Amino acid sequence: MEIFPSQGKAFAADDVVPALPLYGSAPPLEVRLEDFELFAIDRLRVLKGISDGLSRGKKPDEMEDLVVNLWKANMRHPQASEVLNKDIISHFVLRLVYCRTEELRKWFLSMETTLFRYRFRRETSEVQRALMAEFDIPYKAVSIAEYESVKEKLSQVARSMGQSLSSADAIFYKVPFEEVPELVASRRVFIQKGYAYVAMNQIVSLVVTQFRSNISRALVLTNRKWTSTIGEQEKDRLMPIVEALSVSYLGPDYSQPTEFEEISLKDIDQVAKSSFPLCMRHLFDKLREDHHLKHGGRMQLGLFLKGVGLNLDDALSFWKAEFSRKVGAERFDKEYAYGIRHNYGKEGKRTDYTPYSCQKIISSTPGVGDHHGCPYRHFSEENLRAALGKMGVGNRALEDVIDKVRNRHYQLACTLTFEAVHGSSCDAGINHPNQYFSDSQKILNSKVKQLS
Amino acid sequence: MTREEAEDSRDDMLIDGCEPQQRLDNAVPDGFDPNYLKVYYGKLFPHADIFKWMSYGNDGKHPGCDQSYFGRREFSFTLDNDIYLRFQSFNSASELENSIKEKCPFKIDIGPVYTVDPAKRHAYAQAGENVFTPVERELVFDIDITDYDDIRYCCSGADVCLDCWPLMTIAIKVIDTALRDDFGFNHILWVYSGRRGVHCWVCDGKARRLNNEQRAAIADYFRLYKGNENSNKKVSLVGPALHPFLVRSYIDVLKDFFEEKLLRSQNLFSNEERYEKILEMIPDESITSELRGKWQENRRSSISKEDINVVRWEQVKHLLQSGKQKAQGLRRCVEEIVFSFTYPRLDMEVSRHMNHLLKAPFCVHPKTGRVCVPIDPNHCEEFDPTSVPTLSKLLGELNMMGGLRAEGDNEWDRSSIGKSVSYFRSSFLQPLLKSCKEEIESSYGAKVQQSKNSMSW
Ligand code: SF4
Ligand SMILES: [Zn+2]
Repeated sequence: MEIFPSQGKAFAADDVVPALPLYGSAPPLEVRLEDFELFAIDRLRVLKGISDGLSRGKKPDEMEDLVVNLWKANMRHPQASEVLNKDIISHFVLRLVYCRTEELRKWFLSMETTLFRYRFRRETSEVQRALMAEFDIPYKAVSIAEYESVKEKLSQVARSMGQSLSSADAIFYKVPFEEVPELVASRRVFIQKGYAYVAMNQIVSLVVTQFRSNISRALVLTNRKWTSTIGEQEKDRLMPIVEALSVSYLGPDYSQPTEFEEISLKDIDQVAKSSFPLCMRHLFDKLREDHHLKHGGRMQLGLFLKGVGLNLDDALSFWKAEFSRKVGAERFDKEYAYGIRHNYGKEGKRTDYTPYSCQKIISSTPGVGDHHGCPYRHFSEENLRAALGKMGVGNRALEDVIDKVRNRHYQLACTLTFEAVHGSSCDAGINHPNQYFSDSQKILNSKVKQLS
Repeated sequence: MTREEAEDSRDDMLIDGCEPQQRLDNAVPDGFDPNYLKVYYGKLFPHADIFKWMSYGNDGKHPGCDQSYFGRREFSFTLDNDIYLRFQSFNSASELENSIKEKCPFKIDIGPVYTVDPAKRHAYAQAGENVFTPVERELVFDIDITDYDDIRYCCSGADVCLDCWPLMTIAIKVIDTALRDDFGFNHILWVYSGRRGVHCWVCDGKARRLNNEQRAAIADYFRLYKGNENSNKKVSLVGPALHPFLVRSYIDVLKDFFEEKLLRSQNLFSNEERYEKILEMIPDESITSELRGKWQENRRSSISKEDINVVRWEQVKHLLQSGKQKAQGLRRCVEEIVFSFTYPRLDMEVSRHMNHLLKAPFCVHPKTGRVCVPIDPNHCEEFDPTSVPTLSKLLGELNMMGGLRAEGDNEWDRSSIGKSVSYFRSSFLQPLLKSCKEEIESSYGAKVQQSKNSMSW
């Protein structure tokens, strides 16, 4: 084993983001047990901060600042020589913590990849090239002649992103488009006959793809090792720390409705009114109104209802009652029932799907005909005001909510709405529509108790 | 039950929006009937071609062929009484053909190729976990005219007419060109969905092996509508230039279509409600009120000979593109309007995932009775959904041929579906199979080479 170092010294002067390790294999370092935990907590703060940033829909430049600041605030070490070790150790500890379920792996992978992306962007182009070499990325820069032949198009693409094509950054790599899906998706590259022309400053995308797939593979391996050997060996020493770390930051995933009894169909309109967050309330109302929802809406609302405690049979009759008014009962059974059973793990892969978190909902991209997404993010201000009015948010609170929305604090806006509607505070903030629901039910139930 | 009774009792299955058929002597009553379907599957449905297509060359004798390939493909059947059979699989052309003939499905859907035979997935699931996943699937697109309801005034919902169908035609042009020129795909099949839209199958090996993330990336590359039902703007084009793909689509297809066809066919400016919809897309009040003023007055004053839609559009363009507006971020507005009304609207979910099912070509749509025939993208403007062969027309033709038929004769050569079958074969299937063969040979060659090398170590 060895540490994957880094062409460190060359840019040690820049103490904000030091060397960038690729976390190839676990370090052969001696780690003190308390460091083990402390380092991990510091890194978790960074990842958690990134996750919050993403759920506010921050733009890439803002994300870059955020990541740099989070890193600076949490990942320092009094001894300069230890900075890199802390980086590496904390990553490997969290790997142990987050390797254990699909959901945890997904979260960790996505946050680590984001972190890596912005750290990579800050590196000089020499360092970037060195990292590319370390990743074994096989592409060559396009020749001058070829560059000249597509220059016009490349400059169109650059201008479409508000940049200009200077001869200084005339280094382009020609890469099969499959390798840079995110650049393709956002039309940030020129594509011709299956090849994308990737600018040097976009190379990050290639490297990130590679990084992600390495870490993803490693997480699966770690999980296997953990279940087969490490977990048992470390039952008394590491296990408790790992357990504690994994629950302290993630909270429950709401895939199983545990806290409340099931809700029944006859109560559903009532609880929708009193306890659904706006995103679900809107879908619910639309469904009642149109007797139809497109795929994204069915998933978002369907999984939420599952988390809330609507059992499969009730869910089927709930959806059927609405859809059959629009498409007929037969077509419902034929085309839609499958998807609902699927959500409950009764069809297809038989995995139980978890209800969507705010972060996932906020970063979704509803299109024509779609009603899913987070209203705080996806509604026009006018529509949002109307919807909030309907929820019973008073004038003053409404302005506060809108203010948060303008600053893109969608979950805070939702929290304020919660507080305005329930007349009591919600200190933890809203992170999950099902949390909104259960917090709301708690408050309402205690009010009922007080009355009786 | 007589045939008339049968028809009455299933009036929900009658043709809607379809012009009346000519009654020939041998004519069969209009509409859709399971009995006609049986005859169709028996005599006209190109079973063998579908099998050849879905085998992608693996039904050959070459040692590089993967004999299990076709058997790992999911088919699903929707039967008469709405029974929905998923995860059907077949090991040979005759198994497929016999099953279709016997079950007589109202609809046949095609799913992905899985790691293992989908019909036996439970057995594998017991043996170990996760062996059952999709490994290959054509890249598919689904465009449905109902998604254009906010911009077409001639029809709504499932109806289409020759005024709104051209929206599909230009969608085909835009997407087909990009799939070929940008993504480098060659084996693309466009199919009429039988009622209100088109399906696209991209069948290159490279396309079949794309993962979900890559599929989503292509779908997003085509995505322009960032708006949803609850925000105002549907299309917003920012930045000082457009991506070359959008520029090409705009110049080669959309602009002319909008100005020369759509403006007039949909009467986009003919009344207040309609022109207000366009004014809403212009974020500058001084311009919108100037235009509104002109048009409200214009209604009262004399009618000019020129088409009112054209005149008003010219006015919009003139104001938005005049020198002083250029600096003010309004220059994009003309393009935004054109894109909003013409740019293809894809059903993203269908393209994003490997395991989405899509209706097979040459099925018969149970509501319209129309056959889902291929559309040639090079001549897509000639395609007329209202004159597509219908089940009853085909049956009528068969009856006419009646006794003349020689055994083993291909019925479709003389029926109106013949043209579609021969297009499918010569323009799609043959070139596809040729390249599949080459691919199989070369990858087999590489493998042999590799094993030789490893033996010489
Ligand atoms: S913040 Fe979360 S719970 Fe609230 S509306 Fe948005 S997605 Fe729903
Ligand atoms: Zn029409």
